[in-house]
Amino acid sequence: MVDRQAVLRWTVALPMFGAAVVPAIGQERAYRAVTQERLLAPEPENWLMYRRTYDGWGYSPLDGIDTSNVASLAPVWTFSTSINEGHQAPPIVNDGTIFITTPGSRVLALDARTGELLWRFVPELPEDLQQMHPTNRGVALWGDRVYVATVDARLFALDARTGRVVWETAVENYARGYYMTLAPLAVEGKVLVGVSGGEWGIRGFIAAYDADSGDELWKTYTIPGPGEPGHDTWPGDTWLTGGVSVWVTGTYDPDLRLTYWGTGNGGPWMGDARPGDNLYSTSVLALDVDTGAIRAHHQYHWNDSWDWDEVDPPMLIDVERGGSTRKALVHPGRNAYIWVLERSADSIGFLDATKFVYQDVFTSIDPETGRPEYDPAKTPGTGERAVFCPSWSGAKNWPPAAYHPGTKLLYIPANENTCSHLEGVEEEYRPGRTFMGMEGGFVSREGADHYGELQAWNLDTREKVWTVEFERKLWGPVLTTAGGLVFVGGTSDRYFRAFDAATGELLWRQRTNSGVTGVPTSFEVDGVQYIAVQSGWGVDAQRGTNHLDGAIGTRTYVPQGGVLWVFALPD
Amino acid sequence: MQNRRTVLKSALGLGLTVRGLNVLHAQEDDPRRVRPREGDRFVFAFGPRQGETIRVDDVPMVSEQVISYAMDPASGAVRDGSRLNQVLLLRFDPDSLAPETRAASVDGVVAYSGICPHTGCDIEDWSEETEFLVCSCHDSEFDPRDGAEVISGPAPRRLPSLPLRAEGDGVLVAAGGFSATIRFEREF
Repeated sequence: MVDRQAVLRWTVALPMFGAAVVPAIGQERAYRAVTQERLLAPEPENWLMYRRTYDGWGYSPLDGIDTSNVASLAPVWTFSTSINEGHQAPPIVNDGTIFITTPGSRVLALDARTGELLWRFVPELPEDLQQMHPTNRGVALWGDRVYVATVDARLFALDARTGRVVWETAVENYARGYYMTLAPLAVEGKVLVGVSGGEWGIRGFIAAYDADSGDELWKTYTIPGPGEPGHDTWPGDTWLTGGVSVWVTGTYDPDLRLTYWGTGNGGPWMGDARPGDNLYSTSVLALDVDTGAIRAHHQYHWNDSWDWDEVDPPMLIDVERGGSTRKALVHPGRNAYIWVLERSADSIGFLDATKFVYQDVFTSIDPETGRPEYDPAKTPGTGERAVFCPSWSGAKNWPPAAYHPGTKLLYIPANENTCSHLEGVEEEYRPGRTFMGMEGGFVSREGADHYGELQAWNLDTREKVWTVEFERKLWGPVLTTAGGLVFVGGTSDRYFRAFDAATGELLWRQRTNSGVTGVPTSFEVDGVQYIAVQSGWGVDAQRGTNHLDGAIGTRTYVPQGGVLWVFALPD
Repeated sequence: MQNRRTVLKSALGLGLTVRGLNVLHAQEDDPRRVRPREGDRFVFAFGPRQGETIRVDDVPMVSEQVISYAMDPASGAVRDGSRLNQVLLLRFDPDSLAPETRAASVDGVVAYSGICPHTGCDIEDWSEETEFLVCSCHDSEFDPRDGAEVISGPAPRRLPSLPLRAEGDGVLVAAGGFSATIRFEREF
């Protein structure tokens, strides 16, 4: 093992080669190891994983900041990442140390109270790397290590105290279009990741690595191979290049020892290029955490032609149906329906689906199976143009919804009134090049007077309780807290906002440096509750803004550059 | 190909500088990785005519870009060892070209880098409606009649251009190298 001084010396001498680690000046801080017990029941003051808890709620039990005092919430410190593009990662916090990631798959460790930089990890990226999605959605914590999945498809284990590389492994070959943007999932001594690249003709998969050694433990493709169930839903060799990316960290049910992952659309985009259901595209997969075996699945919609990735994993929520409590999987979909499914050890059952924005493609949904039928006039194909709603960005994209166990409401960052036109074009697969086979654009639905919506839904009654409308699209991940609050950014006007979780009343807002597409989190240090979020517009939020500008004849400028904001109440 | 974990282990031991220098030497010595140079020919990068020499008349008028690689005529080496060496060829009425673009063209054929200066994506698309080159990653548009100026999108600057001439039988030849370094916002 090389010592810290040696690493520093090499870094200073040759900053363009290798992974640069900038250690802190001064003594190493104490660091409490992250165990399975802590991940299962995190202390209220900590935020140890992407959505804080395995159920995917995005909920903090802290209540120091509440509806009565949030109006005086103020910035405590900020930290500029010096990087452009989409800052989407949550500030993940273990006992006063914040870990964030930025585009370029960089990791920063900071003192949560003071904003002091503890260390910085900068992976060397290949000269010829293409980045369709220049972003990263955060780290995973296990033991005394920090894990980051990189945009050139590597997985790194870093020492949480120093940022030094403990191990790295190549998950796949970036030159063939594989990359990763998600936060890994740490569970039971394993680190789970999934790959992106559905626009490049990849074959998606989820893989688990030994947290200690980096050895691959299992790998489960999202497209079944020959001899596996579902393989016959892909004609010919289409399964080899059929996409089905994994974009977002999975959820986990420790009782069932099953981990749930959402999957992307098939590739190329037009369903008629790959006739069949295309399992397990636009689905949820239930994987045995020990073996990776697929124990169950539910396909939200088959043979996608609209780019409606169903990337979010379902949230694990108890719902009431017919007087009984059901252990549900809840997924507000890009296809505009809130899917409520029932989970068990070997099945995923369909309970119901409720439309949450205008959608004109599905003509029916089978009440037993949940299988939708489509309007052919709204289904684009090769040489066949169709206009449909919502747009290919969907009713809700990757920004996670949140659930509040007190209000029992689900908060969805939604987009209404957006539509697309698409037409398929024949395209030959060429390794490492885009493989989408389509032309298209965006249109605004006639009479639209707004686009973004923050919606609150009662999952028991299937009723929408309140809606906040935004003039432009909403690309904001949602945080809920026990203080009765909902925090969300995500608009091109650069605001980060707090709403009353019960009523949707706006209680506070802060204009930031850029647009907020980061996942907000909350934590506590020395008895002080903080709210933290990264502001840094880019990637799909920026693209969606440009598309809407084109559709309605506006021109919107959102400055780029990432800043971590940390807020608290005044002393 | 060397296993990445092996690379890392050696880098943490002694080999960090060696690894970096190896990369540089490979780029300088390997004619397949060298950027296009004065005197190079061009060959089709893909399709049924992959590897065949491109002549002026092979580039269709006002149409989708032909994706090519330069070829060293002395050794016959095709410079396809780096994705960053892609050259886009398009053809227009010479009278429709901006003066500087026309000066670098031959019989209306213009040549540009195929790498978007935003995040390094291949410039794969062509808009029949606007007759602009379009990046398939983030929709930046470039005007090939006017030095690949940025029309819209996040690209921070135009595509580097490559001056052309033709030899007797219409074979396209590079009259120089790229007008600018092939670079993009890898680190943002």
